[in-house]
Amino acid sequence: MPAEAIFMAGKIGFVFFLVLNLAGVLGWVERKQSALMQDRIGANRAPIFGITAIGLFHPLADAIKAFTKEDFIPARAHKLFHTLAPFIALVPALTAFAVIPFGDTLTIGGETTQLVVADLDVGVLFVFAIMSLATFGVVLAGWSSYNNYSMLGGLRASAQMLSYEIVMGLTLVGVFMVYGSLQLTEIARAQGEYFVFGGVNTWIPKWGILTQPLAFFLFLTAAVAESKRLPFDVAEAESELVAGYFTEYSGMKFLMFWMAEFVEIVVISALVATLFLGGWQIPWLHPDGLHVPFTAIVVGLPSLVVSMMGVGAFLMKVFVLIWLQMTIRWTLPRFRYDQIMRLGWKMILPLALVNVVLTGFVVLLLNR
Amino acid sequence: MAEPENELHTDEMILNIGPSHPATHGTVRVLATLDGENIVNADVEIGYLHRAFEKSCEHGTWQQAFPYTDRLNYNSAIINNVAYAMGVEKLLGIDVPERCRFIRTIASEISRVADHLTCIGPSAMEVGAFSTFLYFVEARELMWDLIESLCGARLTNNYVRIGGVKADLPADFAEKLKAHFVKTRQLIDDVDKLLTHNRIFIDRMRGTGVLSAEDAIDWGWTGPCLRSTGVPLDLRKDEPYLVYDQVDFDVPVGEYGDNFDRYLVRMEEMHQSMRMVEQLLEKIPEGPINVEDTRVRWPAKQLVYSRMEELINHFKIVFEGVQPPKGEAYAAVESPNGELGFYLVSDGSGKPVKVRCRPPGFANLQALGPILKGGMLSDLVPSFGMINMIGGECDR
Repeated sequence: MPAEAIFMAGKIGFVFFLVLNLAGVLGWVERKQSALMQDRIGANRAPIFGITAIGLFHPLADAIKAFTKEDFIPARAHKLFHTLAPFIALVPALTAFAVIPFGDTLTIGGETTQLVVADLDVGVLFVFAIMSLATFGVVLAGWSSYNNYSMLGGLRASAQMLSYEIVMGLTLVGVFMVYGSLQLTEIARAQGEYFVFGGVNTWIPKWGILTQPLAFFLFLTAAVAESKRLPFDVAEAESELVAGYFTEYSGMKFLMFWMAEFVEIVVISALVATLFLGGWQIPWLHPDGLHVPFTAIVVGLPSLVVSMMGVGAFLMKVFVLIWLQMTIRWTLPRFRYDQIMRLGWKMILPLALVNVVLTGFVVLLLNR
Repeated sequence: MAEPENELHTDEMILNIGPSHPATHGTVRVLATLDGENIVNADVEIGYLHRAFEKSCEHGTWQQAFPYTDRLNYNSAIINNVAYAMGVEKLLGIDVPERCRFIRTIASEISRVADHLTCIGPSAMEVGAFSTFLYFVEARELMWDLIESLCGARLTNNYVRIGGVKADLPADFAEKLKAHFVKTRQLIDDVDKLLTHNRIFIDRMRGTGVLSAEDAIDWGWTGPCLRSTGVPLDLRKDEPYLVYDQVDFDVPVGEYGDNFDRYLVRMEEMHQSMRMVEQLLEKIPEGPINVEDTRVRWPAKQLVYSRMEELINHFKIVFEGVQPPKGEAYAAVESPNGELGFYLVSDGSGKPVKVRCRPPGFANLQALGPILKGGMLSDLVPSFGMINMIGGECDR
């Protein structure tokens, strides 16, 4: 059907545009936010016709610079893998966004579509599967560069990412148990319901952060670790390993690793927003309009407005989570490699298991 | 069945860290033999910043060595100036006026704060806490503002002269210092909150780079590094020079001799130094800042331009230099990183025969290899940072 095709093209275009631009802008956000935290001014140059727009054109300047730089491959590096690695790192991060819903259904001209590129019923598993492919990019980069620093970085990254993938998956088991689905749209929709105690509607939405508070913190920690950013950036630890696995990269390939990192931040933020912060949901806003709490009053709103508000709410949540990750990144020192492993295997993993057991009991009790 | 670990063959890897590497500020090279992430052996190579300080000093007059001493530990240049001047004054057998000694002490303590800020800030940055680094850079700028108001230079100060100092304290110095210290204390408190109780930071620093008190003494450690092992050796207390016997201050010591203790000792020393400066500014007497001896300190410019005798003195002191009697002298001060000593030999002429510098960084760095052994690669960063080797003074 042509309408479906148009919708699909629109959604893909929107997600691509959103993620790639967000990743670009994040470079600027990171500079500005770190500057703010450190009593500096931050990026404020790169004028276009004399207009600097508080340094917003810096990502553009960065891209131009990276494109015009020499693309250096070390003499004894494995040329194919060395070239392939940044692509393997970046593409999965971009792909993962396909299953994340960025809004509720959208109805235009009688045609209704769910605002997600691919509404897979194994949604979360797909994200994990795709994200774990990014590990290969990092390991390949480290190994193929023929550099001791790169290799150490690649080794650290592979061990860290593999460990935290397990932890990440396990922290979410509780969420699946509560919402009874792996499909991200289903999980997000289920969070629009309200807690009902003894037949009394509390009007508190069943957001993941409320039903699974422990899982929220554990997952956020594991996700930040998975993205290899401070305090978990031992893989690139610039003071020990120069730049870790991408020491030998220059120009656009270097920028691709850089972008992969930012895309991962966006994906993680989107995932956390979807799983724990209700996705596109705004409390008391339903497809037919705003329900005033504790009353039966409904302020009617057109469905298009509600859809757009949902998209806005989702983006807002993503921005807040990005801001949170940036703040963490510029505040905390770096873990040591063995300390990261200890945190993952000996602290987060047991806690995640405890969470699974507790959730199981609670779900059993409530459904009895 | 064979044990799995016997089947896997592993090799040790040699990782060359430096001399140009983000962690080795001050150009030093560490050849680390790694077994996985563990350091089996670490060979420390120095000398990349060797600029023939001692030989250069022999080519100029006694006064002309001052700018060279600035470039030893450039973070606290005035303390180097003071140590060298004290050595030459010992050779000459003269005492500087009381006010001069107060000014030298004040300048030294401000330099000490600047040096500790420069040690902790970058070390924290290297373990990943970037923001704290910039907070301390800001605090250091304030210290350098104060030093600039003394002598006009921020980095290589060249403030002290044989038998005096270049200039008296500016009129608004006390006021300015008060305002700057308020801000500096705030910044130090901020960093204290961000690091001292930060679990990650403690995990990185506590128990890494441990050296026992006996070993520390055997390796010739002095300064905060030695005090972190629990030995309360501080030349300011044990062999008071300048006016350190007239101020009240504590010597903080550590307990475990690890990187975290070195960090804590330095943090506390900054507070003690600021306390000292405030006491000194209250007690500072009026009076001359230079010795009244035209063989040592040249006369005022006004007199040189207007009177014959002073013109001759000026000419002789510039061209022939200060001429200490034949002999040798050793003067040591407590520099921010330990005992900084100058052993000077004079043959009675205007030029030194020997200017031997005993830098604290050299002795402290000797133990870097041993304290790294058995640790992890990442421990290299805080251990090196907390030893605070300054290339300028270590390699001379």
